[in-house]
Amino acid sequence: MALLTISSPHTHNNNSTTKVMLTVALATLPGLFVLTGFFGWGTLINIALASVTALAFEAATLKLRQRPVSFYLKDGSALLTALLLGLALPPFTPYWVTIVAVGFAIVFAKQLYGGLGQNPFNPAMAGYALVLVSFPVQLTTTWALSTQMSGQEVLSFAETASAIFTGLPVADAYSGATPLDVYKNLISSGTTDSAANQNTFNGWLNGGWEWANLAFLAGGLFLLYKRIITWHIPVSMLIALSLCSLIIGWDQDLYTPLSLHLLSGATMLGAFYIATDPASASTTPRGKIIYGAGVGVLLYVIRTWGTYPDAVAFAVLLMNFAAPLIDSWTQPRTYGHKKAKRGLPKAN
Amino acid sequence: MNLTLHRFHGGIHPAQNKEQSTHQPIKSIPLPSQLILPVRQHSGTPAKPIVSVGDSVLKGQVIAEAVGHRSVPIHAPSSGVVSAIEDRTTSHPSGLPELCIIIDTDGLEQWCEHPNLFNKTDCQSLSDLPNEEILEHIQNSGIAGLGGAGFPTALKLYKTKHHTHTLIINGAECEPYITADDMLMRERADHVIQGAQILLHLSEAKRCLIAVEDNKPEAIRALHESLQVLKVNPAIQIVSIPTVYPSGGEKQLIKILTGEEVPTDGIPADIGVICQNVGTAAAVYRAVYFGEPLISRITTATGDAIKQPGNYEVLIGTPLPHFLEHTGYIAQQPERIIAGGSLMGFTLPELNVPLIKTSNCILAPTTSELPLNDLAMECIRCGQCVSACPQGLLPHQLYWFSKAQDHEKAEQHNIFDCIECGACSFVCPSHIPLVQYYRHTKGEIRTERLAQQKSEIARQRYENRNERLARIEAERAAAREARAKAKAEADALREKQEAEAAATASPDSQIEDLERKILAQQDRVTKAQKSHQAAQEANLDTADILFKAVEKQQTKLQQLEQELIALRNNVTQEN
Repeated sequence: MALLTISSPHTHNNNSTTKVMLTVALATLPGLFVLTGFFGWGTLINIALASVTALAFEAATLKLRQRPVSFYLKDGSALLTALLLGLALPPFTPYWVTIVAVGFAIVFAKQLYGGLGQNPFNPAMAGYALVLVSFPVQLTTTWALSTQMSGQEVLSFAETASAIFTGLPVADAYSGATPLDVYKNLISSGTTDSAANQNTFNGWLNGGWEWANLAFLAGGLFLLYKRIITWHIPVSMLIALSLCSLIIGWDQDLYTPLSLHLLSGATMLGAFYIATDPASASTTPRGKIIYGAGVGVLLYVIRTWGTYPDAVAFAVLLMNFAAPLIDSWTQPRTYGHKKAKRGLPKAN
Repeated sequence: MNLTLHRFHGGIHPAQNKEQSTHQPIKSIPLPSQLILPVRQHSGTPAKPIVSVGDSVLKGQVIAEAVGHRSVPIHAPSSGVVSAIEDRTTSHPSGLPELCIIIDTDGLEQWCEHPNLFNKTDCQSLSDLPNEEILEHIQNSGIAGLGGAGFPTALKLYKTKHHTHTLIINGAECEPYITADDMLMRERADHVIQGAQILLHLSEAKRCLIAVEDNKPEAIRALHESLQVLKVNPAIQIVSIPTVYPSGGEKQLIKILTGEEVPTDGIPADIGVICQNVGTAAAVYRAVYFGEPLISRITTATGDAIKQPGNYEVLIGTPLPHFLEHTGYIAQQPERIIAGGSLMGFTLPELNVPLIKTSNCILAPTTSELPLNDLAMECIRCGQCVSACPQGLLPHQLYWFSKAQDHEKAEQHNIFDCIECGACSFVCPSHIPLVQYYRHTKGEIRTERLAQQKSEIARQRYENRNERLARIEAERAAAREARAKAKAEADALREKQEAEAAATASPDSQIEDLERKILAQQDRVTKAQKSHQAAQEANLDTADILFKAVEKQQTKLQQLEQELIALRNNVTQEN
């Protein structure tokens, strides 16, 4: 009588792609709490909207591609993309901008390339970059201010929701540019003295954005501990960013200081959750270091000399281009080989 | 003397599942009524049967002899009668039938003469004997590696050009579920130590390291005690190594103990290391000191479908159903029996197969214990496999290249260095059967290489033939030219002579001469016409050429005829 024949191994550590996605989502929670605590309900509403949109787009495209819808929906990757976009977008982003970003991320950046794991670009950042270049006003003036920054109470849930879903601009007292943007404008017109006088930079760890970055850092350390990510990309990225800032931008009257680079903007979110997206990043140990360092350098360059205040999306997307090349040139040395192989196979 | 241990890249920590089969001591099971002995139980050339159907055989008698060096003989595990020599399905993943010798046992367990090495040679100690003689004894005892690969033991010990500095006795047993080596070391540590001493003597190594994973403290203790009691060669050392799969893999164990790596296209002997399994060492001891050939081994029976999990001393050739019956097996739906452990073991294609020299474990799991693989998701390139791979490969890349059938890149990413340990699949969050992909790709590349070799030979042959034909043609052409030149010279000479003769000859004789020539020429024309006609009827390409030949011959004939007419006119006018 025939027995069941299957290929070895016959055992598994019970990890799953869904668990990986959910763990990453879990690790963003501290950051999400801090953002909500300091800047109001906007981010939560964005995430809810993005999640619903992402699932709808994912299901629709899977259906069109004649793939099993529920099997792929439960991998959790669409939700994670939505979550990261929701965290990255300004709290008062008009609803239609979020929908466009999510739609582009899911349909174009992910499903049209073949779905989960086949995307050469980080879907969330592709969506973010699209709306950033297409709707710069909506993406730069809709950042919420914390109480510490504006001296006002943050907007209530109803007010925030109404701002997002009507798309009407929020009063200047509640919204504005990001600290990176503000600082850059200040040093182009004045000196750090005037910067320090601004509410935004009033005191150490006071604006809310430092706490958000520290919370994302904590979540990132959790991911490292859970071995969902390795240290290579975040560490090399943060070191590269710091080195650029220390070597080039040591003069605080001319350049944004290191503390602001590390603890404002999307630095920590980018380092631990976005640049580490495995499908679009480099995957060899040495490759990850090069990749992370590349993201760090580009991040500094675009922040300092570019027209956009933050640059995580562009830096990551640019390095996504380079990832396959980096991978083929950074193969590890295999056991029993004198040295690692490099590049493409030699034609015979 | 403390040994510095090294680390190999990656590795995993799967659930051990060893405890359930270590509760009872090694037991034996009743003698089966039939034994099935495949002629290939080792890696290498199959042995050749030297008994015939109907022969009575005694326990320990050689029933198939080794063919060449890379082969070992097979012995009758019990006395009885050879009832058949035929193809049977054996314990091999392919499920293809192989030649087996079937013995109906008589229950007498009657031994043939089996002197131990010292009685046989009248020597007191190993050092009195040349190594070759000891190796021959081991070879004739049918010993092949009991760890799983079944490499002929003596073959590893023959002198090579490399000096052996370290002999490793592998008692790591890193694979989940298997405890055959563990129980052997616990209960028969003496055998292992004595065997190690023989192997050390043969290898002429400086040291012998018996490596055991630290999850087997009882085995390590037993070995230490035995080492002290036996007072053996002080070069033998017991090394407790950290528990991490696959530390028992030959390459990984060598790295752990010596820090060196076996070259990708080489063998351990190239770096002065020889590896033998603890079970093999014990078998060598029994062969040398008791003259017992390899006719039994310890096999673990485990898994939730087995009610009396434990280790059993079984005769080689014991049919699996008999083994399962005496270990309390309860059939599951679907029925799944794994030969080996849960990471590298293979599922048996059918129940009715024999246990062989390499059968270290029979694992019969329930589906709740080892769930069947669910549907694989897409690879998200998370890199867990990269961190786990003990060979330092990029498993996810190999998977992509395998899927794309990009054999060139797969080879460039060293797919042939994959040891198929399963660590990558074990950690893959997308549950992709990675090892299966690699096996498939390796198979395809091997087939491709074979086809390439064949076509290369064919091409060479074709070129050689063309060259030969061209050479013959050139030789022929040269000969033709030479002939034509000789003929031209002869013709010129004859014409000159003829002209001279004509000048002196009478007109009558000239006419006669011409008439003879015309007749001959007419013959030629007819011949040419005939061959032209034949060619035309057969529709051959040469017809055109032949037609021209006809015309040429006809022109010559006309010339001759005109000459004749002219000559005759001359004669008439003169007259």
